[in-house]
Formats: sequence, C-alpha cells, structure tokens
Amino acid sequence: MTQPNVTLFIQCLVDSLSPETGDAMVSVLERLGVRMHYPPDQTCCGQPAFNSGYRNEAAKTARRFLDIFENSEAIVCPSGSCVHMVRHHYLELFRDDPVLLDRARRVGAKTFEFTEYLVDVLGVTDPGTQLGSRYDGTVTYHDSCHLSRGLGIRRQPRLLLENVPGLTLVEMDDSDRCCGFGGTFSVKYPEISTALADDKVQTILATGAGAVVGCDVSCLMNIKGRLSRLGSHVRALHIAEILAGEGK
Amino acid sequence: MQQNSDKTYSELSQDAIGDEELHAAIRMVQNGMGKGAQAMWREEITPEHRRLAKEARLRTLNNLDAVLASLAEKIRARGGHVYFAATAEDARNYCLEVARKNNVRLAVKGKSMTSAEIGMDPLLEENGVEVVETDLGEYIIQLAGEAPSHIIAPCIHMNRKRIGKLFQEKLGIPYSEDPPTLTRAARKALREKLLGADMGISGCNIACAETGHVCLVSNEGNIRMCTTMPKVHVALMGMERVTATLAEHDMLLRLLTRGASAQKVSTYVSFMGGPRQPGETDGPEEFHLVIIDNGRMKMLADPRFREVLSCIRCGGCLNICPVYGRIGGHAYNGTYCGPIGAVLMPLLEGVNKHADLCRGESLCGACKDICPVHNDLPRMLSELRYMLAYGDEKWGVEPVDGAEACAFKAWGAVMSSRTAYDLLVKAGRIVQVPFVKNGVLGKGVGPLAKWTASRDFPPIAKKTFAERWKTDHAKRLNGADNE
Repeated sequence: MTQPNVTLFIQCLVDSLSPETGDAMVSVLERLGVRMHYPPDQTCCGQPAFNSGYRNEAAKTARRFLDIFENSEAIVCPSGSCVHMVRHHYLELFRDDPVLLDRARRVGAKTFEFTEYLVDVLGVTDPGTQLGSRYDGTVTYHDSCHLSRGLGIRRQPRLLLENVPGLTLVEMDDSDRCCGFGGTFSVKYPEISTALADDKVQTILATGAGAVVGCDVSCLMNIKGRLSRLGSHVRALHIAEILAGEGK
Repeated sequence: MQQNSDKTYSELSQDAIGDEELHAAIRMVQNGMGKGAQAMWREEITPEHRRLAKEARLRTLNNLDAVLASLAEKIRARGGHVYFAATAEDARNYCLEVARKNNVRLAVKGKSMTSAEIGMDPLLEENGVEVVETDLGEYIIQLAGEAPSHIIAPCIHMNRKRIGKLFQEKLGIPYSEDPPTLTRAARKALREKLLGADMGISGCNIACAETGHVCLVSNEGNIRMCTTMPKVHVALMGMERVTATLAEHDMLLRLLTRGASAQKVSTYVSFMGGPRQPGETDGPEEFHLVIIDNGRMKMLADPRFREVLSCIRCGGCLNICPVYGRIGGHAYNGTYCGPIGAVLMPLLEGVNKHADLCRGESLCGACKDICPVHNDLPRMLSELRYMLAYGDEKWGVEPVDGAEACAFKAWGAVMSSRTAYDLLVKAGRIVQVPFVKNGVLGKGVGPLAKWTASRDFPPIAKKTFAERWKTDHAKRLNGADNE
C-alpha cells in the first residue's frame, strides 16, 4: 500500500483550546506511517455562523476552506460536527452556485472524521498492536449528535475503544442524547443547555466510569465544564488522547 | 393562537427546568413512547416503508389541489358539507354559523389541535355554546383552565394528586388520587355531556381522498361518540392532512399510531365520510368538513418549508427531544410545542414573534431520526435562523439581533485571515489571565459569562496547535512538509 497522505484540519476549538487533542491525533497517524500535511492558514469551517443563521459569513469561511483544502488527498479532522458541516451543510450553503456546489461535493467526499478515517480507510481494528495504545481504566462513550446521527459514525469509535488493552468500555444510557452544547445555543440559552448537560452528566456518573470519551471537543468541553463545576473527578477525553496513550 | 404567558421562552424554560415532577413525567413518556417508537422503527417497520410514506406525502402535497377536490367531491356526494377556510377567522366563524343554525347549546369535542390553532372554543363560548372536551387529558386541562403541554398527552405536566384536587373541586367528588377512580368520575361526567350534546367537533388525523373519508384515531372511544351521537358533526382539518389513495392512508396510519404511542393500532380507528346514510343506524344528521389553510399555502409555496406539511402530527418528536424533555410544552407558549411546534409556530404566526423557538434548540437531530416521515426539522430551524439573521421579505422577517449580526461580521473577518485569528488568540491569552484559576476559567465576561455561570471553560492554550506543528511536529516528522 502506498503511504497515505493526510491533510490535517485542526478546527479552531482544538487549535486554541485543546491543542493536545491535535498532538494526540498526529501521534496516532504518525505510528500508522501516514504522511501528514498541515496548511498553516486554516481557521474554521464556518459552523458557528451557519448554525446561528449567518450564512453569508459561513459561506465566506467555507469558500476559504475549499481554497485551502481542495487539493488534498484526504482531509482528516478530530471532530464529527466540523466534518458534518463540510460534507452536508456546505451543500446547503452553495445550493445556488453550481461551481462552488461541485467543489464542495468533491471536498466533502474526501473529508473524514478521525475514527472514521482510522477504521474505514486505514482499516485499524486493533489499537493495541497497531498503535501500541494502552489505557488502564473504565470509560464510557458519548455519541455526539452530528457524528452519530449526522454521519452515522457509532461503530468505529466503539471498535477502537473496545480493543485498547486495559480499557473497559461501559455504555451509558441514552449515549446519543444531546449533551446540550449546540454551539451558540450554549450561551444564548444557557439554562436549557445546562439542564441538558446535567442529564448527560447524570448518565455518565451512573456508569461509574472514570472518564467519558468522545470524538468532538466541543461536546467534551461542555460536559467537562459541567463535571468540573459540579466537583466531579470524572475526566472528559477525546478518543485521540486514549489511542495515543501508552498507559502508565 | 393559544398564547398563555407574557414570559419569555427562557423564563418559561427556567420555570420548567426547576420542576422535578415535570421532568420525571416527561422522562417516563420519552422512555416509554419515544423509545417504543424507535424500537418499532428498528424492528418491524422497514426503512423502505418510511421512505415510501414520505414520498407519498410529498407527492400528495405537490398535487394538493386535485387531491382535496376529490376528497370534497366524494363527501359532498354523500350529502356532507365541505368548507374551505382561508384563515383561522373564516374557520371559526363557519363553526359558529353551523352552531347557530342548529341552535347548538352544548358542543362536545374529540381532541383537535386544529381547533386550538383557529381559536374556536372561545368564540363558541362567547356566543353561548358550552364546549366540553371529551378526551380525558384535554378534559382535565380544560377543567384546570390550562393549555395542553404535549400534542397527544396534553396533561403530561399534571400528576394524579393535582388531578385529584381538581376533580374534588370541579366535579364535587371526594378526593382521590387513584387513577381508575378518577377516570370513572370523568367518564360519568363526560357521558352526561355526550348524551346531551347537539354538536360534535373533531379534528382529522388523516383524510383519504380516494374513499372520501376523514379518519380519526383514539384510545378512549370518545371520538367515536362525539362524531356519531350528536346530530351535527364538524370535522376540522389542516389542508395538508390528506392522502390520495387508501393504500397510502394505510401506510401512514401504521406510522401514525406507532410514532404517537408505540401502538400497532389504536383502540379505535373511525372513518367518517358524511351524514348518516339511508339504512344506517347511527351517525350525524349533518356533517361538515372544514379544510383549513391558515398559512399552509404559504408553506406549500416555499420549497424550504413545504416538507413540514408532511407531518402527520404523531408527536413522536416530542417523545425524544432533549430540549422538550427539560422544558416541557408550556415553554413554547403556543398551540404546537416541541420540535414540530418550533418550526410550525413561526411559520403560522410570525418568525420574529417566535424567534426564540427558531433559535432555542441544539439542532441535535433526534427529531428527524424518530419522525416517521423523516421530516428534517433541524434543517428548517436552520432556514428560519437564516431568515432571522438577515431578514426575509417573503415572510416579512426583520433581522433579529443587530449586535449578533455585528459580532458575526467581525467573526467572519477574523476567520478569513490566519493573522487576525492569531492576533485574537494572543489577545485572549492576555485578557484571560485574571480569570484563570486552577487551570480553568470559572468566571467569564460578555457571552462567556453565560457559559461560566454554570460551567467551567478551558483557557486558551499557551501554544496553539498551529504553533506546536511549526515548532514540534513538522521538525520531528522527517519528510513531512508543512506547506
């Protein structure tokens, strides 16, 4: 097999608030012999503006994304919702412009969420032997909305987690129920957003797991923020951090 | 039409979030009916069935004029009256006219959300007609003077203790919180009303143009009594609630009862196609079907929103929505609540008026998943937000928030330049210093304050990923280029 070429899309939240997630992703791809590229001009896919209705601004950012990424072989991003934005919402944004619509379609088809890329494209099934992953502890998995319902990615992260040596995966109730983040919703309607986070926290705590794992930093930031405010020691980890871990 | 509070969506939500009993009651319905419906979609209804049902809905909508004409023709041929009401006012005035002509003193109702939409009850009552709900849940909230908080389980927000006290006060029975005792008391009171009524009013779950019937489902039998015992029956239907053929009707009926209450079929399914025919032993002497537009034509004419008319009003989306699960139906402050209400109310009554409903969801997509006909409500909410962002002439929408529009303009400028983005990150690192404690931002300013009121926020990293790439990864990864 020829060496896969991956262009990293490290979305704004990971870049500025959780760069260690990006480090972990790089470390995993490095172990798999993937050749990585990082276009330094990248910023955001436009999702916050799109979800709030500001499609002109979203389109401006999306056009920039296409310019930067369209010559890539494969674009990989540690976020289901950003990939969902590129793959699905770009088509809504550019519905009246056939040229951009076509470009968006082509870019969307080669933009992958991290676990999707590992499992479906690279064929990773055993992180223990293929990546040297190890995690000692019990975790539960949160299905982010755009990742699970939007992209249909539920199996891939579980397959990876179940095969990390030392790790026990315990399913929480309603694992695909929204954590309440919802982008600007979280600050426009903070009381509702927090109530949803509380429902999520309750189901996480009920598992007794030491950590909740997800594939979207945005949801994890919401869950983690609420857990920490409530004084809980349960950790919120991106799956890349688990896969990059080699145990203690 | 039904607007019950001057409070905002956020205020009403806040009230509901503090109500643990409400939370538990909705959770019970969501765990029972919501999960039950999902299990049925997985286990006994094929994805193909739902896809074909949606196709049938859209096909009917694309030919709605012809389908409705055929429905009306069949009903008229049996001696029924059909009235096309352009507005809510036309519809309720027609009902009043029918009541007047027949000297109606007492009207009994089978559950109808459409009657609430057109504001029928208050008009009839103002004109001396006593109106009594006969669906148990609707009856309870009518006695309490409250609005329904769920499309198919209207009194979900009330527990049996409250209902016990209500019945003690309104029906003069000894206090009881035993559901069978309470149900018996309601049944006795309702039977008297049903026997004395001059007019029955119902909605219409799904009409069938091929046979010329309106179809109604219920579990209590009240609708069958409402529509057959009084001498006049008036059925109200939104103009979209029709199928062209009986085969399509069958396909949708299977989805309706499952989506609504995880039932393969409801206890009663009634088909009404006109007044009592010669030789028939029951049925009304007069039958009226009121087919209501009230803004639906406008939705039909807009490709962005036509899809919402596919809704068969099962209420399934309420039974899964995490937001509805915490705020209940009253927070939506309108006739239709939950995810479907959040799309319908703005389109029916004004997008600006219901701006909070357009913006107050997390767009998680659970409603689209459970919807028997896969209505893409999140997509339509996104379209509504788009209209609110810049205004929309066709729908008479004004931009909703000037400050937010400016903020997103600035955001757009920052995200269009990595230099500007980096400057903002650097500025953020300096500004956040006094707020960071124990590695988290516990108290923020501006929009962030709304986050940090209940949640910690991560501080901006000392080195962004872009910086780490440049200084660490790119150098380490031999042969990698950083373009």
